[in-house]
Amino acid sequence: METLGDLSRPILMGILLGGLYALIGLGLSMVFGVMKLINVAHGDLMIFSAYFAYALMTTWGIDPILSLTMGIPLWFVLGFAIQKYMMSRAFGISMEAPLIIAFGISLILQSLAQIIWSPYSRGLQAPYALGYISLGITTVPRTYLLSFVAALVVMLLLREFLRRSYLGKAIVAASQDKRGAELVGINTGRVYAFAFAIAMATAAIAGVFFGLTFPFTPTSGFGFLVVAFGVVIIGGLGSMLGTFIGGIVLGLTQTLSGHFLGGSVQMLFVYLIVFVVLAVRPQGIFGR
Amino acid sequence: MEKHKQKMSGDALLKISNVDAFYGTFQALWGVSLEVKPGEIVALIGSNASGKSTLINTISGFIHPARGAVEFNGLDISMLDPFQIVTLGISQVPEGRRIFPEMTVSDNLVLGSYNRKARSDKELNLKRVYEHFPILEQRKNQLAKTLSGGEQQMLAIGRGLMSDPTLMLFDEISLGLAPKVTDELYKAVREIRAEGITILLVEQNVRRSLKEADRAYIIKAGRIALGKNAAELREEEIKQAYFGI
Repeated sequence: METLGDLSRPILMGILLGGLYALIGLGLSMVFGVMKLINVAHGDLMIFSAYFAYALMTTWGIDPILSLTMGIPLWFVLGFAIQKYMMSRAFGISMEAPLIIAFGISLILQSLAQIIWSPYSRGLQAPYALGYISLGITTVPRTYLLSFVAALVVMLLLREFLRRSYLGKAIVAASQDKRGAELVGINTGRVYAFAFAIAMATAAIAGVFFGLTFPFTPTSGFGFLVVAFGVVIIGGLGSMLGTFIGGIVLGLTQTLSGHFLGGSVQMLFVYLIVFVVLAVRPQGIFGR
Repeated sequence: MEKHKQKMSGDALLKISNVDAFYGTFQALWGVSLEVKPGEIVALIGSNASGKSTLINTISGFIHPARGAVEFNGLDISMLDPFQIVTLGISQVPEGRRIFPEMTVSDNLVLGSYNRKARSDKELNLKRVYEHFPILEQRKNQLAKTLSGGEQQMLAIGRGLMSDPTLMLFDEISLGLAPKVTDELYKAVREIRAEGITILLVEQNVRRSLKEADRAYIIKAGRIALGKNAAELREEEIKQAYFGI
């Protein structure tokens, strides 16, 4: 028989991991919520941020989290440019065109990472991210706790931004009624570019914490695109709390199925949950 | 409160000249010309699909005319985008309201003052909107989707006022609402005009439009069939324009 003491570790790790998953899903949710685009390059853009931090770490010995002072603005500008110069034009052609562009970006990033950093797995290191930390009832890897705290901070900041600033409100408004947004004088083209930029900034952060937690390869992005998609599907759109819960559901699924059935099937159950939710309740559990 | 800055008395605030407009290959407006003078309420009447909403949306910049000009305060606005036109002082209250359902009433109103010109007057305009529609102040923390149809229409009008307009375009504000609610909305429309805001309105209820307006244009199959003082429009002329009999 299992005792609660045995389960406390997978449960706690699942919740902490869920924070990281929510952080990965945040940007996908934003782009989908505002522009109705499934950015299939989201996972690769996230992983590329891990590679960017890896390059700075191995070349100049820059701390990965510190490297975000460069990574966040860079990804922000990249996201703004992708939306303004590529996606917005593609939206004028058809609904599929932006999807194909995102797919193209995904392939280019994977290939670039292979050419520059080889297909072998890499990881980010920082002295404070090594080893375990005690959380009273059990110990967890420091990286899990770090990622969770980072996710919490990013989500709270984003929530305040969307609620309080004019630009944030404009992003929410454009996601609810584009025409209505234009009628109040919102330049939706500009708002879309900012939404994509913010989504990419969260992907940059997610990438670094992901890289500190797990080893990554040039193709790691795709698997976590599915995880991010699962977070959005479970959490529904437009709800920060839903996104957070979505992440935790997937995190717990992974650690608990790993605990009971072994590490080899843990991701299978994560994908299975995504599949079942999609089939049964496509608008999401917390969706509107 | 004198809102409009009249350059020369008698000058049109809005002047539409010979506008042709298309949806894809379908021509919806044919050489449409009309004028709205400062301080007027002008009604645009016509049957369904006669081009009323197309004309409203051409003024707002959602459709750019293929030929002809839309001038506002003497400035050609026919190629500007909707967000630029709002900043210039034209505010549209659209058919179907287009409010933000998952946002609070007060956030909907605050977004009305999104254009930089209107932001500084936000508090003043908010007070003004709550004076027109006290119910909105009572409901300011509710989500917009929880309002009744009439209240949602009040919110749409209030949101339009928040952008500090000189000209307001009302598209079917009484659609689907009870007569009592409609009376209330038109009372607000008259108050808005009294504040110096010029009004162009589209209304499927002909009797109501002629009662409220100073002048009316009848639009038929994308063409202006008739334009004169509202009081002078005779029943036969309206029937002729609507049904061609």
